[in-house]
Amino acid sequence: MPTRHRAHGFAFALALSVIFVPLAPAQTLRIGLAEDPDVLDPTLARTFVGRIVFASLCDKLFDIDEKLNIVPQLATAYEWSADNKALTLKLRPGVTFHDGEKLDAAAVKYSLERHKTMQGSNRRGELALVSTVDVIDPATVRLNLSAPFSPLLAQLADRAGMIVSPKAAQAAGDKFGANPVCSGPFKFVERVAQDRIVVERFANYWNKAEVHFDRVVYVPIPDATVRLSNLRAGQLDFIERVLPSDVPQLKIDARFKLARITELGYQGITINVGNGDAGQKNPLGRDPRVREAFELSLDRDGIVQVAMDGESTVGNQWVPPANSYYAKNMPVPKRDVARAKALLQEAGVPNPAFTLMTPTNSDQQKTAQVVQAMAREAGFDVKIQSTEFSTSLDLADKGQFEAYVLAWSGRADPDGNIYSFDACKQPLNNAGYCKPEVDAILTRARTTRDPAERQKLYEQLAAIALKDRPIIYLYHRNWLWAYTSKLGGLRTIPDGLIRVQGLKFN
Amino acid sequence: MLTFLVRRVAQIVPTLIFVSMLIFGLQQLLPGDPALVLAGEERDPTVIQHLHEKLHLDDPLPVRYGYWISGVLKGDLGESMRLQKPVLELILQKLPVTLELALLAIVIALAIGIPAGIVSAVKRNTAWDYAANAVALWGLSTPNFWLGIMLILLFSVTLGWLPASGFVSPFEDLRANLAALIMPAFVLGNAIAAVLMRHTRSAMLQVLSSDYVRTARAKGLPESRVVLQHALRNALIPVITLGALELGTLLSGAVLTEQVFTIPGFGKLIVDAVFNRDYSVVQGVVLFTATAYIVLNLFADIAYVVVNPRMRAH
Repeated sequence: MPTRHRAHGFAFALALSVIFVPLAPAQTLRIGLAEDPDVLDPTLARTFVGRIVFASLCDKLFDIDEKLNIVPQLATAYEWSADNKALTLKLRPGVTFHDGEKLDAAAVKYSLERHKTMQGSNRRGELALVSTVDVIDPATVRLNLSAPFSPLLAQLADRAGMIVSPKAAQAAGDKFGANPVCSGPFKFVERVAQDRIVVERFANYWNKAEVHFDRVVYVPIPDATVRLSNLRAGQLDFIERVLPSDVPQLKIDARFKLARITELGYQGITINVGNGDAGQKNPLGRDPRVREAFELSLDRDGIVQVAMDGESTVGNQWVPPANSYYAKNMPVPKRDVARAKALLQEAGVPNPAFTLMTPTNSDQQKTAQVVQAMAREAGFDVKIQSTEFSTSLDLADKGQFEAYVLAWSGRADPDGNIYSFDACKQPLNNAGYCKPEVDAILTRARTTRDPAERQKLYEQLAAIALKDRPIIYLYHRNWLWAYTSKLGGLRTIPDGLIRVQGLKFN
Repeated sequence: MLTFLVRRVAQIVPTLIFVSMLIFGLQQLLPGDPALVLAGEERDPTVIQHLHEKLHLDDPLPVRYGYWISGVLKGDLGESMRLQKPVLELILQKLPVTLELALLAIVIALAIGIPAGIVSAVKRNTAWDYAANAVALWGLSTPNFWLGIMLILLFSVTLGWLPASGFVSPFEDLRANLAALIMPAFVLGNAIAAVLMRHTRSAMLQVLSSDYVRTARAKGLPESRVVLQHALRNALIPVITLGALELGTLLSGAVLTEQVFTIPGFGKLIVDAVFNRDYSVVQGVVLFTATAYIVLNLFADIAYVVVNPRMRAH
C-alpha cells in the first residue's frame, strides 16, 4: 500500500509539475508613439509615425544602416544595367508572408505595380520612373526605368520597397490597411484607432533569431509629458520624440536610457521668391541681398540653444553636416550683423518688414520668435503669423506668404530633400524658385550613380541655391528616444524608425 | 404625458435638420484644402486630384451637402479618409468609452456636489458652508489637464497604484477598467461637482425659505425629512437640467482629459479629425453628439415630470 501511495503521490506531483511548468513569460514591448498613424497600407500611407509601425510589420526590398548605406532586406543583391536604366534584384529565398503565401518575384512585381497604379497611391511619385517590372525567374526581378534614377535604391528602402501579400491585397482591395499582410518580423493583430496597434511575432520570419519579443504594442500618446509619465510609471518600455527640455531629468535617472539621432530632414525658413505676387511685393523675396542679410542676422547656435534646448545639430543645407553629400564648399555661415546692415543699406531698404508664417507647433513657434529677435538687431521688422498647420500648408501652396517656417522629415537619398523643393514647378516648391541651371544639376544628380560625381554636383548646386536662398536651412532636430535600461540591442538609424529586430530585455 | 412626449419629439426633427446644415456649413469655413493635408508630406498632385474627386471637393456646397445627408439618412456617415474606416464604426468604437467615462464623472460629481450643496445650504454661514465653498472654488478653478498630470505623477509615477493612462474594456477586465478610468473621471467630475454644489446650494436656500417648508416644519416634521423629502425634491429640478447638460458636454468636451489620460474617446477622435481635415469624421461625430445632446435634454424634461408631478399639467 505505501508503495502504491507513493506511486500515486509521484503521479500527482508529476501532473502538478506538468500544469505548473514555469513557461517562459510572453514578452511584450510597449512603445509610445507621438501620433496616431494613418492607414497601415504601405501604398496609401503618408505619415512618418506610420513608418515606425511598418518597421515591424512590412519588410522592404532594402534597408539603410547607421551610415545610410543601402543594405539587403528582402533583396539580397542588386545590379544596375550598363545604361543605368534597369535594376535587377535577387530575392531572398524561402521568405513567406504572414498568410503563408510565398514571397517571390511575382509578389514583388504585384506590389510595385500596386504602388504605381492604385487609386490614391502615395508611392506613385517615388516610383514614377519605373516603367515596367519583369519577372526573370521566381527569385529575380528586373525594374525597367524610363530614365536613370539613382535615388531608386533609397526609395526601395522605404515604403515604396515594401512588399505586400498579393492574395491578401487582392482580397481586401482598398481596405488592406485594416488588416495588413506583409512579411515583417511581426504580424498584425488588432488596431483600435487612437488607442493601440498590436502586432505579434511571426513564427516563420526569415530572420527569426533576431526577434526576441512575442508582442509589440504601439500606443499613440500625443502629449510628450504624458508619454514620459507613462514611461516613468512603467506602462511603456520605450517612447519616441522626448522633449528636449525633459532630457536633463532622464539623464540622471538610472532606470532609463536616452538615445539621440540627428534626423535626415531639416528645419528651415522657406522664402517666397516667385510663387505668385506676394513674394515680389516684398524686398525679402525680391532682392537676394536682403535674403543674405536676413541669413547673416541669424545665429544658428543661439536658435538651437534657445528654441531646442541644444538638442539639434546646426546646419545650412538640405542634409546635415555629417552626411556624405553635405557640400563642404558652403559651410555654416557665421552671424555678422554689421555685414547684414551694410547689405540692407546697399539694397536701399535699411528696415525691411515681412511676415513670417509659422505653424502652431511649439518648436517652430520658438524658432520664429528667436529669429524675429535676432533679425531685429540687423534692422528687420519681422511679424510672426501663427497659423494652424493645415491652413499654413494651404497658404504656402497658394503663394500667400512671405516667409514660412517649415520642417521636412527627410529622406535617405539627398534627392528626396531637395528635388521637389528646388526644381521648377515641383509640388513642394512653395518658394516658387525656378532656375534652368539648377534644374539641370538636379536632374544630373538623380541620374548619375557614382557617389563622388553626385557629391560634386551637389556642391555645384549648393553654390547656386544657397546663395539664392529660396530656403534658409537652420538646423536638424535630434530624434530623442527614452527607454527602460533593461532594453538592449537598440540600433539608431538616421531615419528615426525603431527597428525591432535585435531588441531584447537584458 | 403622451402628448407632452409627442410634442417634444416632433420638435427634434427640424432642430436636427438645422443642426446638420450648420455642421456642414461651418466645416466648410475651415480654411485650407483638406486634400493638401490628407495627401501627406509629399503632396503628390495626382493624389490631391484623386482626393478632390473622391470627396467631391470641386462640387458646389449644396451638392456636397446632398451627398452627405443622403448617406446619413441611409445610416452611412461616410468613411474616415485618414484611417480608411467607416465613421459609424469609429463612433461605435469610441462611444462606449466616452459614455462610461462621462457617466462615472457624473456619478462622482453628483456624489460630491449634491451632499455638499445641501450641507452648505442647511448649515449656511457656518464653517461647513465655508469649507464646501472653498472646495467648490478649488474644483472650478483647477485646470483639468493640470490636475490630471498631478494625479498621474502622484498615483502612477510616485505611488504606482493606478495606471497612468490607457483604457481597458470593462468586459475584458472590470478592475483594470475602473483603475484606468477613476482618475480621469475624478478630474472631470471634480469640476462639475463644483457647479452642481453651487446650484444645489442656491436652489436649496430658496426652497428652504419658502412657505411650504415653513409649514412642514410647523407640523413638527423632523428636520431631515423637511430637508431631504420636501425641500430637496424641488431644489433638484435645476440641478437635473444642469446634470444632463453637463453629461452632453462631457460626450464631446472631455478632450483635454482624454488627451492627458490617453483615453481613446470621442474628444480625441474629433480633435484629431479637425486637425487632419478628416471632414466625414468631424461631421459624423458632431452630428452624433448634437443628436445625443438633444435626446439627453428630452430625458431631462421627462425627468422633471417624474420628479415634480406639478409639471405634468403643463
